[in-house]
Amino acid sequence: MKRGLTTFNIASLVIGFGFLYLPIVLLVIYSFNASRLVTVWGGFSTKWYASLFRNEQLLDAIWVTFRIGLISATIATVLGTFAAVALVRAGRFRGRTLFSGMIFAPLVMPEVILGLSLLLLFVSLGLPRGFWTVTVSHATVTMCYAAVVIQARLSAFDRQLEEAAQDLGCPPIKAFFAITLPNIAPAVAAAWMLAFTLSLDDLVIASFTSGPGSTTLPMRIYSQVRLGVSPEINAVSTLLIGLVATGVIAVYLFQMRKRREA
Amino acid sequence: MTERSRPRLNIGAVRSTFAPWADPAAKPLVRFENVVKRFDGETAVNGVSLDIYQGEFFALLGPSGCGKTTLMRLLAGFETPDSGRITLAGEDLAGKPPHQRPVNMMFQSYALFPHLSVERNIAFGLKQQGMPKDQIADRVTEMLALVRLDGLARRKPHQLSGGQRQRVALARAIAPRPKMLLLDEPLAALDKKLREETQFELMALQQQLGMTFLIVTHDQEEAMVTADRIAVMRSGEIVQIGRPADVYEAPNSRYVADFIGDVNIFEGKAEFADGTTVRMSSPEAPGGFDIVEDDLLDVGSTAWLAVRPEKIEVHLDEPPPGPNRMAGKIEDIGYLGDWTTYLVELESGRTIRAARANAKRFVDRPVDWDDKVWLTFARDAGVVLTQ
Repeated sequence: MKRGLTTFNIASLVIGFGFLYLPIVLLVIYSFNASRLVTVWGGFSTKWYASLFRNEQLLDAIWVTFRIGLISATIATVLGTFAAVALVRAGRFRGRTLFSGMIFAPLVMPEVILGLSLLLLFVSLGLPRGFWTVTVSHATVTMCYAAVVIQARLSAFDRQLEEAAQDLGCPPIKAFFAITLPNIAPAVAAAWMLAFTLSLDDLVIASFTSGPGSTTLPMRIYSQVRLGVSPEINAVSTLLIGLVATGVIAVYLFQMRKRREA
Repeated sequence: MTERSRPRLNIGAVRSTFAPWADPAAKPLVRFENVVKRFDGETAVNGVSLDIYQGEFFALLGPSGCGKTTLMRLLAGFETPDSGRITLAGEDLAGKPPHQRPVNMMFQSYALFPHLSVERNIAFGLKQQGMPKDQIADRVTEMLALVRLDGLARRKPHQLSGGQRQRVALARAIAPRPKMLLLDEPLAALDKKLREETQFELMALQQQLGMTFLIVTHDQEEAMVTADRIAVMRSGEIVQIGRPADVYEAPNSRYVADFIGDVNIFEGKAEFADGTTVRMSSPEAPGGFDIVEDDLLDVGSTAWLAVRPEKIEVHLDEPPPGPNRMAGKIEDIGYLGDWTTYLVELESGRTIRAARANAKRFVDRPVDWDDKVWLTFARDAGVVLTQ
């Protein structure tokens, strides 16, 4: 077989990456646009970043989004770990298929329906909608993703390691924390990151379940865009992209270092 | 369990001063009483009763699926018996979870904790006991020296060779000084040379520590070399318990004779038995068999004679007629260096295995393919089996 870069390969690479990254690159470039008009280049400026940090509403939304993300991702990871342990470890209990099916169903369920059903639940319970309803909803939905990620790792984990720990005098629960958890830690971390990211960019479910004072960043951006794209939005988006990219690169470097150590 | 009472012959290599099982006053360290374990209706262990004594190196030997590993896991606490009792030093183990049992196991896969260094692997059991830090450090150093791993304390398991990993697993299991060490196919992952070395190391270690070892293996050589006593298992039951030489030279059934080492089994009819000698007729040998055997067989009953290949002599010249003599043709020769195995086709069409130690470097007339040969064996070379 022919190796190396053929014209065809280069073309597909350029087109593929172009589709993926051109809009993002444009967004980043225009966030440094001096002009108020989003589509007209008016010279380089960082003034939108400065004005962003004076925009209380946007800053509030960022702060709310991060708190929701942190809390819901943590809840989702803990619950997802439990679910994964139940699915991998419990063997064949009655209704196992139903249980695993139900865990994974929200992955394919339309978000609109999830959001609506959660809203109905909160209304019927008489819960005031706000910060905590969004957090709980995000935890519910992202838990499925966390369970899937952790389950994959857990089924590859050698159970004899836990048996060995117990054999050496370690009670089962302690063995899980001392032996199993450190060994599935990469998956747990990945599950947390995934849950956090999903929570960060969720618009649909947050729109259904939020209330006054709990407007998330995607909701704020969306509502502002409807009034016309402001360059501030470009700036905040660029910051988000930078943050996510830094996170991904940091995780990658960390794993590389671990691998070299290991 | 069917251990036949026969006057003990002086056979094989035995630690003649160590035989607690022969002492009626001796208390066993571990006692299995009628232990039964089923998995989904399949019986894995079927009414096993077994005593293991302090300081013994005991082997459970059998083919895969015979229940030997289940028996060990029952003792470690990873399985609970459906019925029967297991006691350790007189104490009933029922209801005790694995982490409260003073036995440690060395897993076939070694099950080393991949995220912990060698020293922290070894220290794991000690930490669970709540041993003070400085004592743990001393014990770990001692263990590392014992298994010759000094200098590798900081390595992670995946930075070690297979043999080194095996020794870490061993050190980790003996570090907390358990009452008993369970070894599940401990040498299965090692290559032949290393396996042989390690067998002798295990024996030396067991003597040095005075610890009771229970080894599970499907490798008869491993069991023969290491163990004081062997229990041969088949489909959940113990078929015979005895010293290695007992099960080899005095098997109690065709199954044991066949499972341990090579054997030729001749079917025949008992014609005479007086408590010292058994005479059998057989289609394989025109002169019949004449065997030293104290069993009083019923005349006319079917019996089997088991003769090991190394006890059969191969002659190129015709010996005088008589019992224990067969004629045949060399069908194949397997030269192993130390031994040569001959496959001899008898006149009846049966193929018999005979083996000869190559004690001399040169022979006047080597046995060749298609040579006409005569096979003979001594009166005490074979065992008469009735089952």
